[in-house]
Amino acid sequence: MALLGSTILFSCGNQNGEGSSSGALNSSNAEKVYVAPGEQDEFYAFMSGGYSGNLTVYGLPSGRMFKEIPVFSQFPTSGYGYSEETKPMLETSFGFVPWDDSHHPDISQTNGELDGRWIFINGNNTPRIARIDLQTFETAEIIEVPNSAGNHSSSFITENTEYVVAGTRFSVPVPQRDMPINEYKGNFKGALSFISVDPDSGHMAIKFQILMPGFNYDLSHPGRGKSHGWFFFTTYNTEEANSLLEVNASQNDKDFIAAINWKKIEEYVNNGGGTKMPANYAHNVYSDETHSATSTMVKEVLTVDPTKIPGAVYFLPTPKSPHGCDVDPSGEYIIGNGKLSADLTVHSFDKMIAAIEGKKFDGEAYGIPILKFEDVLAGTVKSGGLGPLHTEFDGKGNAYTTFFISSEVVKWKLGTWEVIDRKPTFYSVGHLMIPGGNSRKPFGKYVVAMNKITKDRYLPTGPEMEHSAQLYDITGDKMELIYDFPTHGEPHYAAGIPAELIAPKSKKIYRLADNKNEYATLTPADARVVRDGKDVHIYMSTIRSHFTPDNIEGVKVGDKVYFHITNHEQDFDVPHGFAMIGQNTSELLVMPGQTKTSIWEPKKVGVWPFYCTDFCSALHQEMQGYVRVSPADSNLELSWSLGD
Amino acid sequence: MKINVLLSGIMLALLVVGCGGKEEKKKDGFSVDRSKATENSVAAVPESDAVPASQRITLDDKGVGQITSITLDAEINTEMAAAGSEIYKMNCTACHKLDKRFIGPSPKGILERRSPEWIMNMILDPKLMTEQDRCAKDLLIEFNGAAMANQNLTVAETRSILEYFRTL
Repeated sequence: MALLGSTILFSCGNQNGEGSSSGALNSSNAEKVYVAPGEQDEFYAFMSGGYSGNLTVYGLPSGRMFKEIPVFSQFPTSGYGYSEETKPMLETSFGFVPWDDSHHPDISQTNGELDGRWIFINGNNTPRIARIDLQTFETAEIIEVPNSAGNHSSSFITENTEYVVAGTRFSVPVPQRDMPINEYKGNFKGALSFISVDPDSGHMAIKFQILMPGFNYDLSHPGRGKSHGWFFFTTYNTEEANSLLEVNASQNDKDFIAAINWKKIEEYVNNGGGTKMPANYAHNVYSDETHSATSTMVKEVLTVDPTKIPGAVYFLPTPKSPHGCDVDPSGEYIIGNGKLSADLTVHSFDKMIAAIEGKKFDGEAYGIPILKFEDVLAGTVKSGGLGPLHTEFDGKGNAYTTFFISSEVVKWKLGTWEVIDRKPTFYSVGHLMIPGGNSRKPFGKYVVAMNKITKDRYLPTGPEMEHSAQLYDITGDKMELIYDFPTHGEPHYAAGIPAELIAPKSKKIYRLADNKNEYATLTPADARVVRDGKDVHIYMSTIRSHFTPDNIEGVKVGDKVYFHITNHEQDFDVPHGFAMIGQNTSELLVMPGQTKTSIWEPKKVGVWPFYCTDFCSALHQEMQGYVRVSPADSNLELSWSLGD
Repeated sequence: MKINVLLSGIMLALLVVGCGGKEEKKKDGFSVDRSKATENSVAAVPESDAVPASQRITLDDKGVGQITSITLDAEINTEMAAAGSEIYKMNCTACHKLDKRFIGPSPKGILERRSPEWIMNMILDPKLMTEQDRCAKDLLIEFNGAAMANQNLTVAETRSILEYFRTL
């Protein structure tokens, strides 16, 4: 009876929800996104968390969420940013910053194709770039970006991952100084940072910063193929307004796309060009061997005045405060998504080069040549939509652009600029993503639209709702909306990649024998408790399902107790957790073979329990222990035991 | 049967709570209950084998897994045994102690009860063994449901542990 009832309800829901589609079409859409129990998705999708500061991992087409990777934010789920080993990851020149606003993930490339080694993402608020290792799905490195503010036209990588590029949205005084805000014009600078990536280790270092005029550098993308060696940034606020930008930065009919010949600048700095400027920025590196991060302050940055390098930088006039800056897979077309316009402006790389060679300039801005709009324009997409933001490509000659104001995705043809199809989104779409859609080799099967407004799409959850992603099948001439799924935080951009490029290399455990953590307990015989003044170090190991040791006495009120937990499991997916009553920090989740450390400052006399927070075995509930806390003046010696 | 176990579990919990409120020295009531609980869990051991799995001699049983045949040299390879001792120390001693039964049994004398193949299969894939090998399955129950951890050792590492066991 109940079964019958639910069947009836289910079929009703189908008819009501998709009034315009036939039942047969519905079932084929369901099949397209259905990944049966035990089966796996075809693609990984990495979505920025926006104000969560993290990166979330989903499967496509199912929309199932696999993991939230902590990047810029403390994450009690794993202890990231709470454990002693990971606290250095969040150090900056402003001190410990436990949060950020993560925006634009980009996967490493070789020859312009996704290679699945690392994924980079920017912290927008306190300018930082993070590198996440796609073997461990953990944040491996974070570098702060000096002279930047509102690190938004980031973190996009060149086609052999030579550089990860970070541009400032807000221009600021460089170097920072005490000066009147209204003297912005002509005095503030916009720093565009080229951060080199070591091809073996992935380690980042700021190679140079280009100090550009004080515009807002909004988004960027690298050239590819024939335009490899160039980088393109959209700008707005070329008015250089410092107040009421909503009005004052929308005065000019055209802003610019800045075209940067980074190979030329690289050559210039390799030959000793540029000016070393005192700076202070954090470089934080995590090691899988020591399971620990280090934070180093870097004291100098190499800056470049673009007017000193002829031929390095040009401005391409682009209508109406362009937002997204996207380059097609061939490297020929540079698309400016003029967010206050109905049309898209497409520039031609070949025409740009010809105009530069022909010196067809239309004046200059702060010494940087402005090319003539008509000379670089390849075409205009007359879409009929409103508020174009971002464009991705399917590798079959088509481009897909989101329109924020008119809430739709528009498919158009490169070269002819004709609109082929348009489909509504629900609602107010920001970025979109096709796996590999900003590389030379897109995998044009799905497009994911990331919407800013959710409203009625899901059951209401009070005033706040998760953002809504929508999946379109783009294998046919017409796009087909096949699925909605909620996403965590506010995904701005996302990066997708075929699962087969990552899954086989995914790490399953850390080898205990390779654990180089200073406080590791490599054999249960090494488990011990050591007092050093008021510091008490507990070297503890875990395996299903006990702690070694699990009874500890001789700790006193006023001590600072370090629990150094080493997980002796060597099997896939068997973490152990650790939590201590009254601890003023988070639990730890310790992966097999890993060591993590948590601090506890006991304040009360008594016998206090700790336990494993991750249901590890049938005897998980038994995985517990006690610490006896004596008064501060107690003479009780330290002792520890297990099963005695 | 199930209800009995449940009831005695509740009773046990009540008694434990009761004990907690009393003087710290008093523990008599508790031990009486513990023996009751033990009777129950012994009764829960299935099948009819009178001999507990840990004392059974199953030298003909090679277990289930990738190791089908091992020939031991007459002489113990001391170098291999030393390497095995180190691997054992890091990966196994959290649960196996030489001088006593701990989470699992002591490896002392194991070669008198189990075949070399069975030992290696048990180390290499304890989950498969406890699912498909009768003796391993009974051992899991006898040892309180504490499943042996797969330490992801290679065949060579496992072989060296076996050599180390020969020295015990």
